[in-house]
Amino acid sequence: MQNPSVDTHLLPADTLGTAPLLAVDNLHVEFATRQGVARAVNGVSYALNAGETLAVLGESGSGKSVTAQAIMGILDMPPARIPKGEIRFRGTDLLKLSENARTQIRGQQIAMVFQDALSALNPVFTVGWQIAEMFRVHRGMGKKAAYAKAIELMDRVRIPAARQRVHDYPHQFSGGMRQRIMIAMSIALDPDVLIADEPTTALDVTVQAQIMELLAELQRESNMAMILITHDLGVVADVADKIAVMYGGRIVENAPVHDVYKTPAHPYTKGLLESIPRVDQKGQDLYAIKGLPPNLLDMPTGCAFNPRCPYRQDNCVTDVPPLHEISGTRSSACHYWREVLDGVEG
Amino acid sequence: MASKGEPVLEVRDLVKHFPLTQGIVVKRQVGAIKAVDGVSFDLHRGETLGIVGESGCGKSTLAKLLMALETPTSGTVRVAGKDLANAKGADLKRIRRNIQMVMQDPYTSLNPRMTVGDIVGEPFEIHSEVAPKGDRRKKVQELLDVVGLNPDHINRYPHQFSGGQRQRIGIARGLALQPEVIVCDEPVSALDVSIQAQVINLLERLQNEFDLAYIFIAHDLSVVRHISDRVAVMYLGKIVEIGRDTEIYDRPTHPYTQALLSAVPVPDPEGRENRERIILQGDPPSPANPPSGCRFRTRCWKAQEICAEEEPLLQIRPGADHPSACHFAEVHDVVHAS
Ligand SMILES: Nc1ncnc2c1ncn2[C@@H]1O[C@H](COP(=O)(O)OP(=O)(O)OP(=O)(O)O)[C@@H](O)[C@H]1O
Ligand SMILES: Nc1ncnc2c1ncn2[C@@H]1O[C@H](COP(=O)(O)OP(=O)(O)OP(=O)(O)O)[C@@H](O)[C@H]1O
Ligand code: SF4
Ligand code: SF4
Ligand SMILES: [Mg+2]
Ligand SMILES: [Mg+2]
Repeated sequence: MQNPSVDTHLLPADTLGTAPLLAVDNLHVEFATRQGVARAVNGVSYALNAGETLAVLGESGSGKSVTAQAIMGILDMPPARIPKGEIRFRGTDLLKLSENARTQIRGQQIAMVFQDALSALNPVFTVGWQIAEMFRVHRGMGKKAAYAKAIELMDRVRIPAARQRVHDYPHQFSGGMRQRIMIAMSIALDPDVLIADEPTTALDVTVQAQIMELLAELQRESNMAMILITHDLGVVADVADKIAVMYGGRIVENAPVHDVYKTPAHPYTKGLLESIPRVDQKGQDLYAIKGLPPNLLDMPTGCAFNPRCPYRQDNCVTDVPPLHEISGTRSSACHYWREVLDGVEG
Repeated sequence: MASKGEPVLEVRDLVKHFPLTQGIVVKRQVGAIKAVDGVSFDLHRGETLGIVGESGCGKSTLAKLLMALETPTSGTVRVAGKDLANAKGADLKRIRRNIQMVMQDPYTSLNPRMTVGDIVGEPFEIHSEVAPKGDRRKKVQELLDVVGLNPDHINRYPHQFSGGQRQRIGIARGLALQPEVIVCDEPVSALDVSIQAQVINLLERLQNEFDLAYIFIAHDLSVVRHISDRVAVMYLGKIVEIGRDTEIYDRPTHPYTQALLSAVPVPDPEGRENRERIILQGDPPSPANPPSGCRFRTRCWKAQEICAEEEPLLQIRPGADHPSACHFAEVHDVVHAS
């Protein structure tokens, strides 16, 4: 309809045939802090194809959000720095692009939903204005057409009486509705990849179910790829195709969803799965991973999980375990992945 | 399950309405937010009552009423046989000692300028009879030890501890006055998955050791099932279903409970395509203006005319083994939290 003032597909369609839509490769991110350099991301690799859902799981502070922010190009640099790694989108390394080129991709081809919808929305503008703004800026639409699009989108994310509510302010909506409005804004420009960073953590289970259903439907409609960041093993089991588990700024396990739940290949993943309360454990202690998450300023030598690991051997304290390939689709950053995979007790 | 002797906590027809006012200079009351609207239950020594329900249904308000941090609009709370509302002076002090609270957020609920020793020992300032001044340091160190913290860390500040450790500080403080009841409002929601289990195990150990009774409020339904003897499901200020954990989780009879349980994602990808999901439409109605009759009727797929006219009482109906506030209560086995 309107002639877009910017070229939304400035990147070539995948010319490599089998290359993934988005690939993070050996990404490193560090922060300069007063206490020293915090190595938040230490060599993260994961890949994603169109229509796929990758769930990124892991401890608080393990680098899930920082990785996502690096993909979006929204890290404040400094204090952040990316000393190493590539983020390839349709074969092009985003980290080598100019800020201008990245702005074109952000929101249009790769979009993000943030955890805290209330603080991500601007309190002084109506939600309709905020959604319409996306179409005015990126699609060069006039006011009227942009508002019509906003109402259409609010309908699509099932805000009841969208036409009447388009002039309401964020605080006039419930938490679940605000999150739906955030989702509306993120899908406004039909992105190829949606990064959802804990989209339902602040919501209760009934609203969470609505939001997850909505995301799944949007994905089916447009074959959008999704990176879902969460620590909810239930949500992951529900929607993910594959999983990346993070610990201490690294990926410790990569696998298709069914494999992880049946046969985890890393002691941290195994511990997480075992600490979910199960009905037959009523009246007994829950399995608990002992000890504390690592301190980024003072990471353990060797494997970052070694102070808490029931499988630890001497070399775990000295040698950083590489990400061992287990099969074409699975990998584990553990020296003893065979034992873990075989169900040997740690 | 403990139901020995007198209940330590008796709650009857508890109501809390917050006035809704209009006007800036002269405030006029134009209505009321019915945050808690007629809640009754008993809690016995050594027992855990889990409380679940959507955000805003009144769980935290109920907790504050039990702690006498809010004054009820009507209804009674009796702690170990003593009415909270009529108690004064020394009596009130004694009752308050008996019921303590652990808060949701270990990051903001601890004063950052107080040492751990001051935080855990603060209740002794008000209730000096429990620990005379000379004994306090030793008492506090004992408490730290009980919750698995290093007693030598008594002079550290909250920011020097991790989230899980801070939650332990909150629990140690809750234990200081040797209460019979501890109200836990979302005690593990802010914690790392790997730390949650440690705190839950600690709460259970302390319960066995001191015969504590817990009110346990949480979003995570599988955690609630694990720790609770009985579970109450709240919707818009009312308990809509209450029963033993197996009664609620395996044989729920209220449509809201069924929807709630079916919405819980199961941590197992096997067979996920075939799971029954009851996705509730719309948002909960405003507690300032709840629907007539059954409050759930605007979102209920079973609603009939009578649901708008007559409020369903919380009672046992034919074919069920526990109380439910639905005219058409019947067991429906939904996929439940594991
Ligand atoms: N601007 C910053 N300066 C210094 N450190 C930072 C900064 N931003 C993030 N970090 C650190 O980087 C680490 C990774 O943070 P990140 O937000 O990615 O964690 P996460 O895995 O998303 O955790 P959560 O589950 O709690 O959201 C954390 O330890 C965090 O403290
Ligand atoms: N001091 C207050 N004044 C007015 N309204 C209040 C007050 N405290 C709570 N409310 C209202 O009472 C209702 C119940 O709130 P409450 O905090 O008890 O819910 P909750 O079940 O604990 O929710 P959550 O799961 O989000 O913690 C809400 O509508 C809330 O807005
Ligand atoms: S490498 Fe060693 S310490 Fe690390 S997870 Fe494997 S067994 Fe445990
Ligand atoms: S009383 Fe009626 S509206 Fe209420 S839960 Fe039962 S069937 Fe639904
Ligand atoms: Mg994060
Ligand atoms: Mg609350």
